[in-house]
Amino acid sequence: MAREPVLAVEGLNVSYAGSAALNGVSLVVQAEELICVIGANGAGKTSLIRSIAGIVGPASGRIVWRGKDIVGMSPWEICELGIAQVPEGREVFANLSVEDNLVIGGSLKRARGRRDANLQRVYELFPRLDERRRQSAGTLSGGEQQMVAIGRAMMSEPEMIMFDEPSIGLSPALTTVMFDVVKRLHDDKITILLVEQNVASSLSIGNRGYVLENGSVVLEGSGQDLLSNEDVRRAYLGL
Amino acid sequence: MALLWANVVISGVLIGLVYGLIALGLTIIFGVIRVVNFAHGAMVVFGLYVGYCTGLWWGMPTILAALLAGVLMFGVGYCLESAVVTRFVTRPHHVQFILFIGISLLFTGIQLIWFGPDPRPSVSQLSFETISLRGIRIDLARLQAACATTVLILALAAFLKYSLFGRYIRAAADNRLGGLIVGIPIPKIYAITFGIGTACAGFAGALISPLFDAQPYLAVDFTLLAFVTVIVGGLGSFVGALIGGLTIGVTEAVAALLFAPSMKTALSYALLIVVLILRPKGFFGAKEV
Repeated sequence: MAREPVLAVEGLNVSYAGSAALNGVSLVVQAEELICVIGANGAGKTSLIRSIAGIVGPASGRIVWRGKDIVGMSPWEICELGIAQVPEGREVFANLSVEDNLVIGGSLKRARGRRDANLQRVYELFPRLDERRRQSAGTLSGGEQQMVAIGRAMMSEPEMIMFDEPSIGLSPALTTVMFDVVKRLHDDKITILLVEQNVASSLSIGNRGYVLENGSVVLEGSGQDLLSNEDVRRAYLGL
Repeated sequence: MALLWANVVISGVLIGLVYGLIALGLTIIFGVIRVVNFAHGAMVVFGLYVGYCTGLWWGMPTILAALLAGVLMFGVGYCLESAVVTRFVTRPHHVQFILFIGISLLFTGIQLIWFGPDPRPSVSQLSFETISLRGIRIDLARLQAACATTVLILALAAFLKYSLFGRYIRAAADNRLGGLIVGIPIPKIYAITFGIGTACAGFAGALISPLFDAQPYLAVDFTLLAFVTVIVGGLGSFVGALIGGLTIGVTEAVAALLFAPSMKTALSYALLIVVLILRPKGFFGAKEV
């Protein structure tokens, strides 16, 4: 571990209305890694992503991005650092056109100058969005909305993208497509933090993984190690 | 007879456009920030006083006074939002209600201290000028107000559709969490939106200063007017606010002709009740801005 991690979460505590969502979570992400965080519903996965993004304020702990503590920074400042997000439930702008959704994602200072080129890149990756660029995002299918959410994140030329359950609610075929997209972005040297319930698929493409249970990290290791781990197999793969 | 009706309807349409702009200000604020600005009427009255004072002191043309009032009220709205309203955005509705009633009373109080309770008629010569076209007489003041309003509405629509801040405003209205996720500076957008809303009120107020004597207590009338307009047109809808404004403008004018000038407000409330019964969401009840 000679390299300095891009992201280090240290002893993160988050609670809502007095009940703890995250309990002393620590994890590190190296540049260009694909890290999986797996865990059941309510394990604290979304809280983890939202506190890194600055949307939820942690009660205590540090979130260090490239050597700088970003706790207390606003979500828009954190986006400017190059941390993008594909949220749970997609959260696209339903009444806005597909293109407006993407353009808004590409309007951060860090990427504004190359907006048109980035737009072309997204349309090349998702020709479907190109066909529907004038349609309101709310009229698209779930899978297409997921593409909008991913495209929107790509538009900001992020160094890291956090995916919150990208496969949720998608058909098995579309889920495969989504994991391919995640892998492709990773091949393009984007650091990925992938939070998933789909344990087998995510661990098989991840460099390393963390298992989150009741707001704490209970297990960590390489993707392959976790896949062959007895507890993981029993608890999440039903084997 | 037909000529009389044409006269009345045209004058209703002209003033209706201004009502539409006032309502637009209210609806933009509601659509994005989800607060109802009960002080909106007091801001229209500030516009009236800007029109009155600049005319009296400097002989400023109404149209310039309207621009000045728009800029001034943008500043007031921007500061008010970032200093006060922003702390109440997530509070329950009844708390917001009390806040805005308080702000409205405060503004009316300031106007009372500065100008006193007496109606102040505009010195603008525009108040008395008309043009005639094939027997249809049109107030110049109304015509100018309607034209300036149309230009401003078109500019606002273009701003919302094509500019970066316009896109941000529409996005924030659509999905606040989504906005935070893509890095939209929500507090700044809220302040700008509130400023735009109050600027609409101030601009419209100054434009109609040749038609209405400035008086602090008009605030309630204008707030209610904006409300009726917005609800008839559909809460949160840009187009709805305009259609609502035109409807109310024509209704008032026709009421004054059919019954008595004092009946005009009564008839627009009657219209409100009918719309609420038949179409509770208004003509264009939608979540778009």
